[in-house]
Order: sequence, then C-alpha cells, then structure tokens
Amino acid sequence: MFAFVIRRALQAIGVLLAVGIISFAMFRFAGDPVNQIVSLDTPAAEREQVRRSLGLDDPVPVQFARYLARAVQGEFGVSYQFRQPVSDLLAERMPATLELAFCATLFAIGFGVLMGVYSGLKRDSFMAKVFQTISLIGISLPTFLIGILLIYLFSVILGWLPSFGRGDTVRLGWWSTGLLTASGWKALIMPSITLGLFQMTLIMRIVRAEMLEVLRTDYIKFARARGLSTRAIHFGHALKNTLVPVITIVGLQFGSVIAFAIITETVFQWPGMGLLFVQAVQNVDIPIMAAYLMLVALIFVLINLAVDILYTIVDPRLRTSIRQPA
Amino acid sequence: MAQPVLSVRDLRVEFVTRRGILKAIDGISFDIGKGEVLGVVGESGAGKSVTGSAVIGLIDPPGRIAGGEVLLSGMRIDNLPPEEMRRVRGKRIGMIFQDPLTSLNPLYRVSEQLIETIRTHTNLSAPGARKRAIDLLAEVGIPAPERRIDSYPHEFSGGMRQRVVIALALCAEPELIIADEPTTALDVSVQAQIISLLKRLGREHGTAIMLVTHDMGVIAETADRVAVMYAGRIAEIGPVRDVVQNPLHPYAKGLMGAIPSLESETDRLVQIPGSMPRLSAIPPGCPFNPRCPYVFDRCRVERPEPIQHSEHRVACHLYDQSSARSEAVA
Repeated sequence: MFAFVIRRALQAIGVLLAVGIISFAMFRFAGDPVNQIVSLDTPAAEREQVRRSLGLDDPVPVQFARYLARAVQGEFGVSYQFRQPVSDLLAERMPATLELAFCATLFAIGFGVLMGVYSGLKRDSFMAKVFQTISLIGISLPTFLIGILLIYLFSVILGWLPSFGRGDTVRLGWWSTGLLTASGWKALIMPSITLGLFQMTLIMRIVRAEMLEVLRTDYIKFARARGLSTRAIHFGHALKNTLVPVITIVGLQFGSVIAFAIITETVFQWPGMGLLFVQAVQNVDIPIMAAYLMLVALIFVLINLAVDILYTIVDPRLRTSIRQPA
Repeated sequence: MAQPVLSVRDLRVEFVTRRGILKAIDGISFDIGKGEVLGVVGESGAGKSVTGSAVIGLIDPPGRIAGGEVLLSGMRIDNLPPEEMRRVRGKRIGMIFQDPLTSLNPLYRVSEQLIETIRTHTNLSAPGARKRAIDLLAEVGIPAPERRIDSYPHEFSGGMRQRVVIALALCAEPELIIADEPTTALDVSVQAQIISLLKRLGREHGTAIMLVTHDMGVIAETADRVAVMYAGRIAEIGPVRDVVQNPLHPYAKGLMGAIPSLESETDRLVQIPGSMPRLSAIPPGCPFNPRCPYVFDRCRVERPEPIQHSEHRVACHLYDQSSARSEAVA
C-alpha cells in the first residue's frame, strides 16, 4: 500500500511538472510580460531595468527552475491587475469555491444515489420515469441557463433567495465561511443546485445502470436464495457493488466541479476562484491564470489519488493486486 | 411411505413474452423423501433449473407459477406471501448454484456472509453465529476454518468456494437442498469431492437433496432416484440403477446410450437425432415425437400421461396397455 502511494505520488509529480511547463510557457507566449507592467511611454532603459529586476533576461531554463521553486512554496508572482500576490488572492477566494463545490457534490451524491437506487429497483414505476425525465433535463440543459432560470423563479418572481453573492460570511482564521449564517446558506442553495445538477444526473444514471447490472448477478440470486431480507440485499449487497464506478465518477467530477465552477460563479457573481479566473482572462492577468492552472492540476491529481485509495477500501480484490503488482 | 419432504404436484411455470406464453414447465409431479437424493437430468432448456427456482420461489418476472402445488413437509409453499416465503428460503430450503466463483459477494468476507445468513434465520448472538459459522466451514471440509473464515471469496480456490457456498446453504439446517449444477464449473477431481460432501451431508442430517445436472455420471454416483426431463415435462422417473441400466422412455434410452462406457468398446456413441424443440414450438402430442425412433400415430396427437411401469413412472404411449404397440419394443 505504501509503495503504491509513493508510486502514485511520483506519477503525480510528473503530471504537475508538465502542467508547470505549460503554465510557465503562457508567460512567454502571451506577449512580453514587461509590457503588461510598464505603461506605453516608459523609456527603453527603464524597461530593461524592469526586465533585469524581474530576472526576465536569464536563460529560459533558469527562469523555469525559479518559477517552479517559487510555485512549490506557493509563490505565483504578483497579479497585474490587483498588484497583490496571486497566492493571497487565491487563498482569499478558495474557501468560497470549495464550499460551493462541496455543497454541490454533496447535493449531487445524495440525490443522485437515492434517485439512482430507486429507479434501479423500481424501474417501471411512475417516480422512476419522473427521475429519468429530470436527468434528461439535467444532462441537456446548459449550466448557465439553469442558473438563470432558478434566479428568475426564486429571486425575481418568488423573492425567496438572493440572486448573487455569498451572503454574510464568518471568518475562521484565514477561512471565510458562509456556512455559519442563515443568509450564507440561503445564498448557497441555488449555486449548489446549478453546479451539481449535471453531476447528480450523471450519478443517478450510473447508479441506476449499475444497480440493474448487479441485481442480475449470481451472488444477488444466491443472497435471495439464502432468505436475506430485501433491504439487506439491496443496500448491503447490491449498492456496495455499484460503488466502484460511482466513486470514479464522483471523484473526477469533484475535480471538474471545482475547476469549472467558473460559469456558475459568473452567473451568481459568487466571489470564488472561478470568478477571479474569468476576470483574469478578461484582463490578460497571466500570473493568476498560470496559478489557477497549477492549482486545478494539483486538485485533480490529489483527487485521483484519493479515488485510487478509496477503491481499495471498497473492493478487497484490488487490495491484493496492489500488494503484489503483476 | 412417510410424508415426503418435498412434494411437487402438477407444477406449471409460464413465461409471458411478446410472442405469447411459453410453457417452461408443463405439469410435473415428483416427491423427494427424507435423506433422499433426486437427480434431475435433461438437456439445456428442459426446465431443470426452472423447476428448482420454482420450488424455492425465485422465478423472476416475466416467469410465473401458473398452476400446481409445491408442498414442503406437507405445507403448501408456492402461494405464500413474499415475506413468509423469504423466511422459508435459506431456513427450510437451501440452494446451491452452478458457479461458486460468482455466487459469493466479492466485497464481503466469508465470515460476514455466513454470520449474516445465520443471524437472519436464528436468534444466535454475533459471537454465537461466528462459532456456528466456523463449525459449518469445518463440516464442509475447509481446513483451518478459524483462520480462513475472515478471508475474502477471491482468496479461495473454486472447490473451496463451492464448499463455502454449501456451508451458506446449510446455515439453518434446511430440510431440502436444491443443488443446481453444483459441480459443472469445477475440475473433475474437485467434482468428486463436492459430490461426496453433498452425499455425506444428506445422509448425516437427513436432508433431502434435489440435484439438478446434465451430468449422468454425477447422477449415477449420487442420486437415489432420477427424473429425466424433456421440454418441460418429466419423461421418466425411477430408481437410479433401473433408469440408467434399463431406461424405458425412448428419450432416456437415447440419453443413456450417449454415456461413454469404459467396459464395452463402442466406436460411436449413440446420438439422439435432432434437438429439443424451442419452448415456442413444442409439437402437439408427445414433445419428443419428431425425434423418437418408435414414433407412431398416437404420439403425434395425444399427450402421454405418466404411467406406472414396474418401479418407473414413464410418460410414453409405448407402455400404455391399451396401446397395441407395447410389445413391439419390449
């Protein structure tokens, strides 16, 4: 198990190095960084001085090594537009995005699994057909449209929920949370649904298909022949066997939820990393874009590692194959 | 004869499909006594496994029991409400399936599966159930059961897994065990061990065993009586020695003729021409008539009912006293 984690960590470093090269390359190919800093009428000598002071006249590999060394320490330079360190900007925005992604995933897993199990067990019932229809909507409607429709219904017509922002937040050390205030919760509902709807329908469809598959297996038939209760068969034996593909999807989708919260955050003006990224793109704020790229890659790598470890917890057969690699 | 453990009376099972109703089991009757092993043989699709599933009440829709009765120690069980039938399953009837590799849930330890089953059917505490589980594993011949009990199914060999499956079927000391092709997926040497294990358990506990297989060798070794099934009906049923050595029904004759023998030198095994009809195209009269070498006019119109003939019961017009052809074959 330990060797497995080490092996995975080495692979992860490889991935991050590759992403590092790409994000570093952005600085060089998206125009001269010096031009982003100085104004139009800065004399050439001063430009050269800025260039030297930033180390931009060093050979490219040296610059890359320096960039990596700083990135490892969480240093991603200074934002062009905010004149603040990128790491501070991201740290400030991260809690908002993580809370949103976490709630959206929780919503997606909770409802997705419940609806999936139900429509797998009673696939001809009326409710199962309703769920199938909902999932069709969730899969085919684009995120921003769902967000706008929700805002129209619950904020404009009914006036129940706020249409933008996080509501009141409470600071716990450097983490600002909206989970401790009523207005924070209210503000979280619609963005979570908007962000999680696609994931929910995906999970529901996978759980349903897996349930149908598992219920046909011999061990379920044997469990019935042993007279186990229906509850034990469905939730103890069948559901657990559907978990491996569900964990894969949930894990990978959690990464996407964080990385692509951009649209939802834009629609709801949610002060998270996604909104920061959109603003960075509009203003060609490369340090932020590069740091965001690295951060998203890191999140994906960590989630993949967590998913692999979860597999072995769920399925004992994988434990042996990891202990003795073929 | 004392009251049989299992008594099946004129059982009918149908499958409702888009192309009409298919009769998978069409009026079969048989008894199994205490400690007796009834072998059920026949080609694929003859209705052997469906019979087993019908007895334990696990026919899945679109299949359904369309008629007849199933009595377990005199109590009718085919019309029990689902929840009561669930308590009969596993407690009074145990079932063993063909493939031990897929019969066990791969995600749970053997101990968890055994204890869950034991505690479903008895009032034993968790430690008591664990002790009983270890005893059961020892009884089915798993070496060092205290150590092996916490293994996962994939850590056992095929034969050992089938022993675990048998232990699971025995959890509540059922009166009847239905073994559906219990040895088909196993090596020949392991087959013999599993068969002798089943026989020993049946003898020691007085359990009645319904052994479904297409392997005549297994039947000849294990069964006390044998039922030969063809197209959802019992063609012939009788003591195993008689049926194997002196089959009456032309289909049974063909089946026995197809067993290779070590004693006599035969160049070619006898083969029954043709194949079993599909359920949607069972011919009128005797279902075997298109393939039967002794077929005569009556076979094509009238369905033969089982007739007692010495110790056998056989569904064939050849043995009907009123039929003029009876001496022709005998």
